[in-house]
Amino acid sequence: MLDRVPLADAARPLVRLGGAGFAAGTTEILKDVTLDLAPGDPIVLLGPNGSGKTTLLKIAMGLIAPTSGEVLADRAAVRSAFLFQKPVMLRRTAAANIAFALAAAGRPADRGTVAGLLDRVGLGAVAERPARRLSGGEQQRLALARALARAPEILFLDEPTASLDPQATKVVEDIIHQVVAEGVTVVMSTHDLGQARRIAGTIIFLVKGRLVEHAPATTFFRNPSTEAARRFLAGDLVL
Amino acid sequence: MGALDLVLRGDPTLLAIVRLSLAVTLSATLIASVLGMTLGAVVALTRFPGRTPLIVGMNGMMGLPPVVVGLLVFLLLSRSGPLGGLGLLFTPGAMIVAQAVLITPIIAALTRQVVEDLWAEYRDELTAMQLGPAGRVAALLWDARFSLVTIVLAGFGRAAAEVGAVMIVGGNIDGFTRVMTTSIALETSKGNLALAIGLGGVLITLILALNGLAWGVRQWAERHAG
Repeated sequence: MLDRVPLADAARPLVRLGGAGFAAGTTEILKDVTLDLAPGDPIVLLGPNGSGKTTLLKIAMGLIAPTSGEVLADRAAVRSAFLFQKPVMLRRTAAANIAFALAAAGRPADRGTVAGLLDRVGLGAVAERPARRLSGGEQQRLALARALARAPEILFLDEPTASLDPQATKVVEDIIHQVVAEGVTVVMSTHDLGQARRIAGTIIFLVKGRLVEHAPATTFFRNPSTEAARRFLAGDLVL
Repeated sequence: MGALDLVLRGDPTLLAIVRLSLAVTLSATLIASVLGMTLGAVVALTRFPGRTPLIVGMNGMMGLPPVVVGLLVFLLLSRSGPLGGLGLLFTPGAMIVAQAVLITPIIAALTRQVVEDLWAEYRDELTAMQLGPAGRVAALLWDARFSLVTIVLAGFGRAAAEVGAVMIVGGNIDGFTRVMTTSIALETSKGNLALAIGLGGVLITLILALNGLAWGVRQWAERHAG
């Protein structure tokens, strides 16, 4: 994990990006993003495929280092967790996956805690099933429970429902709403406008690696300030 | 007396040879597993100067000729060798050392490949969980356990079947360092085919039975743990 830099006061952002960029060889994936991720309503990263959403999430989480600019975050003090678009299930039962995540977070991995997390995502009945044999939707919920096992203050979700059917999407979104209601700061990427409308408090709109618009969700959807956002909301292809 | 009769009757000579063979090979496999898995996991998960030549060397040493290993261990353990003071030459201890030297590169090289492949799959998840290096190694070895069992069995099979190294460092002393493979070679040259065939049958049966057991355990475990 990167950048164990303390941020100053109680009203601090959880993560601060200052001119952060990321390049792979000569290809710039993220360009000069300055942004505070502060506690509060869900923050949704919106943008077409290849706009740099996943890279931004990974930099904010500390999974990769920016190749330019800086990231400030007190990784030791702020518990964070990450849900990948295609999570990898450990070769164990569903319950053992949760127990592993609890132990990794230094939390007690007793049966009660494991069962509580599984019940929370509606997987209590499949606790002893091998995780890799669960359906795609069940695996995504298990990965969400594994992330919640860290008792995160900030939860990064990378297109968590991208490969799910509407019913499974609804279940995951309901869990996200519960998590938000409990005070967890959710930072989520999606290219699904409907999902962004249902979840977002704040929208960060990215195009080609640049932060194009950063606004409250109501403002963004009613009165976007850029031509790119207007075209995206109208369903046009933003290339 | 026929080979089958020797086996079914539990011939004391045959049983003593089988017991010693198992003791030597299981000990060597245990030692090589601890050394080889540790080395393989460390090489898989770390980057350091000389790593690539080390991997090439480990892979190349999977095909070490047993007689060369026997010669090297003989030179190390002989009276004038650097480890001559241990007095291991022509004892089962020397045979364990030779077999361990022979199969440690096999276990290390295959473990490195398995753990590295699994790490490529798990890297993001384990990093996001903020797991430390020891935790990562433990998690990867545990999740690779089914493949590692197969690797250990490959090492066991190689050790149990080799004859050159244990012949050189053990001396094939009757009742002391004579194991199945060296006995088969000796009895065949003497024309005592019954004992040679009996030992050969036991050796093949043991290896097949162990592999069958491991396959069954793997099938069961994959059904129950994924």
